[in-house]
Amino acid sequence: MNASAWNMLLEGAWTTLWISGVSIAIGVTAGLILALIRIARIPVIDQLLVLYISLARATPLVTLVLFIFLSAPTFGIQLERSMAGILALTLNTTAFNAEIWRSAFRNFSREQREAAMATGMTPGITFRRIMLPQMIITSLPGLINEMSFLIKGSPAIAVIGIVELTRVTNRISAVTYEPLPPILVACVLYMAIIGCLVWAQRITERRATRLAM
Amino acid sequence: MNNWQILWQARDQFWSGFLSTMTIFGVSISAAFVIGCVMLYLLEGSRSRTTILLRIFIDGMRMLPFLILAYLLYYGLPSLGIRLNAWWSGVGALAAYHGCYFAEIFRGTRLTFPPGQVEAAKAHGFTKGKMFLRLILPQIIMQTRPLLGNQLIYALKDTAFLVIITVQELTAAANSLSGTYFIPTEAFIVVIGCYWAVSIVMEVIIKQCGRFSTKRGFDNA
Repeated sequence: MNASAWNMLLEGAWTTLWISGVSIAIGVTAGLILALIRIARIPVIDQLLVLYISLARATPLVTLVLFIFLSAPTFGIQLERSMAGILALTLNTTAFNAEIWRSAFRNFSREQREAAMATGMTPGITFRRIMLPQMIITSLPGLINEMSFLIKGSPAIAVIGIVELTRVTNRISAVTYEPLPPILVACVLYMAIIGCLVWAQRITERRATRLAM
Repeated sequence: MNNWQILWQARDQFWSGFLSTMTIFGVSISAAFVIGCVMLYLLEGSRSRTTILLRIFIDGMRMLPFLILAYLLYYGLPSLGIRLNAWWSGVGALAAYHGCYFAEIFRGTRLTFPPGQVEAAKAHGFTKGKMFLRLILPQIIMQTRPLLGNQLIYALKDTAFLVIITVQELTAAANSLSGTYFIPTEAFIVVIGCYWAVSIVMEVIIKQCGRFSTKRGFDNA
């Protein structure tokens, strides 16, 4: 492997990271919004969300990516490859994040909510000042776990031709005829990325148990 | 002729794709289950060099995406002189990958296994293997069934990755159909429905196992 192969691998890692990063950022926020909507229990929308979460849990990422990328043009939508990838990863991770947020919401201590009500806080202020900061800490370990699952699923976007960390090994071996070294380097890079997340998860878990509501 | 009629005429292709996915899933999951049980047995007992190496191996595997392992077996192994076809490298990768996850799930529950039972079994003269097979393994499997069910769904979803290393399965069938007739939306809706149905069936089966295990008293450990 020469310098250009290393460059390509790092570029692939960067593609994996930015696409996953964008999907994580959207997915975490959208998950929170969906969890709030589900807690409000609006009749028809609630059932639709249950259906969406169940479907998104069962659909393989590869199938979802292909579905979005191939069927968007028939609806007259022009999607770029990376947009289709981000959309699929986001749709998948949002469903899991919504469940994590919802369980954090449901396990929130009743006493604190009552105390907030007694001191005259409106529901909006209670949520922003009291509940959200604590919910973030308690659900962070679960959210980070979901992030590492998303990165483990991100090679699915290779199927529509995005050159990310897994796909790039094919490109390199097409030139060098030696597939093993780039694949092993890609393995190490993935381990580094996911190892960081596992480490972050451990730290946040310790903080969450120290908070222990 | 509308799109759904075209799909109905191509139902053989879906069916063979579905059967192929289920074969891959069944074979690899059975192998993964055995691998998980064997790893759990090897992790029994004191901290020796093998257990430490095995722990590192399992943790390393859990930090890799599934597809890179499939790549390693399909594209990487030939340079070491071992040539597997797409199907076998896919099944092998699925079995090894999910075997490690199974082992980790089992190990987590093994830590909370009541030591009194092990001591009682030893006092009754059970050998290590018999004790593992008759006492530890059945209880651990029944106690971890919700996590196992989750892992089964992940394994089913991971079978779709094999389309990238050219294994003919359900997603590949939809992909080729949408290429032939240019009806991607309907083809993929059918396939997603298939995956959904299988995972719902698996959840129901796991729930039924729960009923069986409460009846046999596995839950009051």
